[in-house]
Amino acid sequence: MDIQTLTFLIVGVTFAVYIGIAVWSRAGSTNDFYVAGGGVHPVANGMATAADWMSAASFISMAGLISFMGYDGAVYLLGWTGGYVLLALCLAPYLRKFGKFTVPAFIGDRYYSNTARTVAVICAVFVCFTYVAGQMRGVGVVFSRFLEVDVTAGVIIGMAIVFFYAVLGGMKGITYTQVAQYCVLICAYLVPAIFISIMMTGHAIPQLGFGSELSDGSGTYLLDKLDGLSTELGFAEYTSGTKSTIDVFFITAALMVGTAGLPHVIVRFFTVPKVRDARKSAGWALLFIALLYTTAPAIATFARVNMIDTINGPDAQGTAYEEAPSWIGNWESTGLISWEDKNGDGKMFYSGDERNEMDIDRDIMVLANPEIADLPAWVIALVAAGGIAAALSTSAGLLLVISTSISHDLLKRNLMPRITEKQELGYARIASAVAVCIAGYLGINPPGFVAQVVAFAFGLAASSFFPAIIMGIFSKRMNKEGAIAGMLSGISFTALYIIYFKFINPAANTPDNWWFGISPEGIGTLGMLLNFGVAVAVARMTSDAPKHVQEMVASIRFPKGAGQASAH
Amino acid sequence: MSFESEQHADDYWKENIRLMLILLGVWFAVSFGCGILLVEQLNTIRLGGFKLGFWFAQQGSIYVFLALIAVYVVKMNKLDRKYGVHEGDEEPEAPAQPLKEEYGQ
Repeated sequence: MDIQTLTFLIVGVTFAVYIGIAVWSRAGSTNDFYVAGGGVHPVANGMATAADWMSAASFISMAGLISFMGYDGAVYLLGWTGGYVLLALCLAPYLRKFGKFTVPAFIGDRYYSNTARTVAVICAVFVCFTYVAGQMRGVGVVFSRFLEVDVTAGVIIGMAIVFFYAVLGGMKGITYTQVAQYCVLICAYLVPAIFISIMMTGHAIPQLGFGSELSDGSGTYLLDKLDGLSTELGFAEYTSGTKSTIDVFFITAALMVGTAGLPHVIVRFFTVPKVRDARKSAGWALLFIALLYTTAPAIATFARVNMIDTINGPDAQGTAYEEAPSWIGNWESTGLISWEDKNGDGKMFYSGDERNEMDIDRDIMVLANPEIADLPAWVIALVAAGGIAAALSTSAGLLLVISTSISHDLLKRNLMPRITEKQELGYARIASAVAVCIAGYLGINPPGFVAQVVAFAFGLAASSFFPAIIMGIFSKRMNKEGAIAGMLSGISFTALYIIYFKFINPAANTPDNWWFGISPEGIGTLGMLLNFGVAVAVARMTSDAPKHVQEMVASIRFPKGAGQASAH
Repeated sequence: MSFESEQHADDYWKENIRLMLILLGVWFAVSFGCGILLVEQLNTIRLGGFKLGFWFAQQGSIYVFLALIAVYVVKMNKLDRKYGVHEGDEEPEAPAQPLKEEYGQ
């Protein structure tokens, strides 16, 4: 069978499984729709959280980014895993005990204010939309490369699938499809990594393989070879990186805190039966995530060495274009790789200086990796299915947060409190249907700023939700004036800094102009500190939170008596 | 109040905060300390083919994060039992309370 038939087959089977699960787990009540009936096993919830969290960006782009950034890629590895420690220790158990459906519900109730609730709804919807647009785009890219349908058709197929199980099944449908999607995506990620690790270093475990000696008998360590190649070709040493220490520090912190403040991740911890399950579930989630995140830097290293060797040839003089392996041609047709014969010798050459003749998009590293390493066709098909699973699972989780925030927090709690549960469920379905369509539109006509906006989403979550939730749990006296002032100042500061450097004056986006040398990606950390500072100062000047709120805070601090998550 | 006394509630919370701060201290030390601030010094030490600082930044920290959550889960379960605020094993928690219809705030 050729690659395309195999890919159709494997992707088709996974789609059938997702739809089957969706039909089996239809949602009957708002409780099912919002928190999957509250009875999800912690291990299953951990897998679902992992699939929810690991998006097309983690699956498709991250290893490629690391591959090009070397040591600096650690900001993603540390940032996107370290946030789970904060979640497990500081947020998940308390929010689970609080026992409501959504993050805006916590903010609204804890700060006894519909204004706070509305601010939280707007943040949540904005964060989720910026994310989901990128996911749909990921689906489109995978479809266009592997199934050779055009991007638009790819996005529409993806939309139809997500629409089917998110609208029908709500959180319940999403949770169990995400478990299946996790299994697909982790296999798709690990199988090629293991193959390549064995080929290059003789180790079956990629995490060990990329720190070992090459199996070509030279006795050189893989990373040493890569450092040598990088310096020779005019790149920075792979294991050292180029960003300043303070910038790496702030970006890592912003991603960690942003992770802990992202509503689609937090909401997953409302679906488990008990407080201690919420703690345990965060551990399982991180374990499942770590499987991919510790493999990614290995893939990055293997892919980089393989790519340089293939393009520059064994003698490091370049490979003749006519003899180029087929993957170069395949990806050239998608426009993600290109070659310009600058010195007219008919050979390709890749380097970090003026000798360079190649333009290679970072996003192809994971998808092209099995082809670069000449792996069997079924592995390539599996990677395609994995990429789609990663994008679909994250989209579904995000769409759910959008629909819940609108139907529950905005309509039911703020605007039309008299609707019945059945009507609310209807509105939730309508909201997610509308959200799917908007997401699909953004996927087909991606605004040029999708990539930039991801930094925006993390910065906003870090500078708004995280401090408000932390103070809501750890300070009984924090009042609504403090929290609202803090959220607004944190968010506006972060947003203005990012908008200025990314959109208004991109030319000035250089380390010399940044405050304290902090790039827009890392500014959320400063926004978070500002939020904390303003909130504490304002709260000092105004009266403490009312007694019943203080009592509520006392009651979320210990596990006993946690019922299921409920509407009110 | 599920605690025997106000005093117990305070003690429970203090022990909880203490544990949390210790674990967060380790969290900070491995990721921001070994992986970022001290990376150059640690890179002079080798662990097989890895420079140690690079290894902490791209591998080691993640393993430590996992261990931290595991320790937290075990210790907190013990602490809950010590103060009698753990959740019972018998119930699959109050069989889906009917959703109350509450209007407004």
